[in-house]
Amino acid sequence: MLSGFMINAWVVAGIVAVVAGAVGFFVVLRGSAFVADALPTGAFAGAAGASLIGVNTLAGLGVFSVLGALGIGWLGRRSRHDVATALTLVAMLGLGALFLSFSSEYAPEIYSLLFGEVLGISANEIAPVAILGAVSVAALVVIYRPLLLTSVMPALGESRGLRAARVETLFLVVLALATSMALPVVGALLIFSLMIGPPAAARSFTDRPAFAIGLSVVMALGTVWAAIAASYQTNWPVGFFVGALSAAWYAVGRIAAAWRRSRRRARAVAPREPAGQDRLAASVRL
Amino acid sequence: MNLIFRAVFEPGFFTSGPVRVALLAGGLAAVVSGVVGTFAVVRGQSYAGHALADISVTGGSASYLAGITPLWGFAGVGVAAAAAMDLIGVQRRRGRDLATGIVRGAGLGLAALFLYWDATATSTTGATITVLFGSIFTISGSTALVAAVFAAVALGIIAVLYRPLLLSSASPELAFARGVPVRATGALALVAIALAVSLSALTIGAILSTALLVGPAAAALRLTSKPGMAVLWSAVIGVAATWLGILLAYDSYYWPPARQGWPVSFFVVALVLVSYLLAQFAVIRPPGTRRDDATARLGAAQPDEAGA
Repeated sequence: MLSGFMINAWVVAGIVAVVAGAVGFFVVLRGSAFVADALPTGAFAGAAGASLIGVNTLAGLGVFSVLGALGIGWLGRRSRHDVATALTLVAMLGLGALFLSFSSEYAPEIYSLLFGEVLGISANEIAPVAILGAVSVAALVVIYRPLLLTSVMPALGESRGLRAARVETLFLVVLALATSMALPVVGALLIFSLMIGPPAAARSFTDRPAFAIGLSVVMALGTVWAAIAASYQTNWPVGFFVGALSAAWYAVGRIAAAWRRSRRRARAVAPREPAGQDRLAASVRL
Repeated sequence: MNLIFRAVFEPGFFTSGPVRVALLAGGLAAVVSGVVGTFAVVRGQSYAGHALADISVTGGSASYLAGITPLWGFAGVGVAAAAAMDLIGVQRRRGRDLATGIVRGAGLGLAALFLYWDATATSTTGATITVLFGSIFTISGSTALVAAVFAAVALGIIAVLYRPLLLSSASPELAFARGVPVRATGALALVAIALAVSLSALTIGAILSTALLVGPAAAALRLTSKPGMAVLWSAVIGVAATWLGILLAYDSYYWPPARQGWPVSFFVVALVLVSYLLAQFAVIRPPGTRRDDATARLGAAQPDEAGA
């Protein structure tokens, strides 16, 4: 499991998990799950196009995901956000269907683009993934405060002179970068699971943003590495384990949130009793 | 005149059996998606529709394993996923997208597993492409019959729930006050969406059926603000895009570069998008009406997802 070609898989998947965990926190915070879902699925078409004209897959992915992000930003200002996202997504997927029918790509390759292929990662793929990952994380650090502010309190952000639309577009571009680096590893249809499962759980454990991001990164790392190990043992696709583990994280998060709520309620009720008695006492005295 | 007719309709278009079935099943899927889609868009459930479409991949791949028609798989898993979404709380606006996404992710994980088993069990890999991108020209007559039954069920749900659905979309509180079972209405609407996308999955493919669900409806809501008219327009646009797409795909048989025909799905999606962009940017509205009127009137005060 730790032989030479598997080391590449562990390293690349680790980078992907760190980026997905960090970006995913903002996806969950901003409630932009649909966009995070649409970009990778649509970017898949870029990979198909790249293989058709014979350029690097990563380039095709990058171009399509950034175009998709800009398209969603542009259409989203003119119509309902979810409708704009859906239409941008199907526009890209329609092109993908066309590219696929032109190319002589074999079905297994398409399958691995959609559902992930960890075992075939070569050593020279580490560098581009690492660079894209570093750029995404750096961009996230730079826009951290405005992003947090416009996510949590859009009105306050506006009053401080932040343009919500511009922050949104920047965020979408970071999301697009993270997408195109993660897609060849975990697959177009499942990056998104990694981006929302662990962060959603992390958010229900803590209210502090920085701590939640750290937690989410750790959980994403655990998910990806466990998925690779399980996939290596069973020969089943990585995507299955990523999807299942992310759903499990979400369930854990929901339970944790319910438990914290009930505890908070118990704590809130406790001090009210003496207050009620005081009032009772006061009314008696009157 | 005859020459033009020949140029538009390649010889054999109207006499070919598969084309007839394709026109029938495609038209049916487009009508159902158009009608159901109008409510999906008004209720802000585009994402739920898209997720259900993706999850139907799971059903399609499972049905290959079980050796039954994909349509049963599409619809069965779609309805089950709709129930799961309702159960973990997609009816609340807050956190709804998250719950939808989690169900979708888990479903697609299963799909990956099933497709892997399909490939190892039958040593063919065609299932992936067929399930994802559809195969409208290989629909059999018996499948078309099942499709008709599903279409009738979906349209029946919408017909029965027409008024309560509109009311609970516009104002859940008012609907609740008037005694509309809001939760049950929402759950049934999700079932109708699941059936609609399973029909489109058969024709233009599971991951593209969002196009027929959302595109025509969004275009129609730009054209009119009357709910009844919007439903009608949406169905008409959907059917027109599908039929024209089938015609173009048939004509494209000798087109470059591969000389094996362009995919129907591409044409249908492209035509749907063109109709949306035309409705969005080219329609001249009478003075005094705002652009967002149609959607605003129907889906009164839907807060943007980003703020939720």
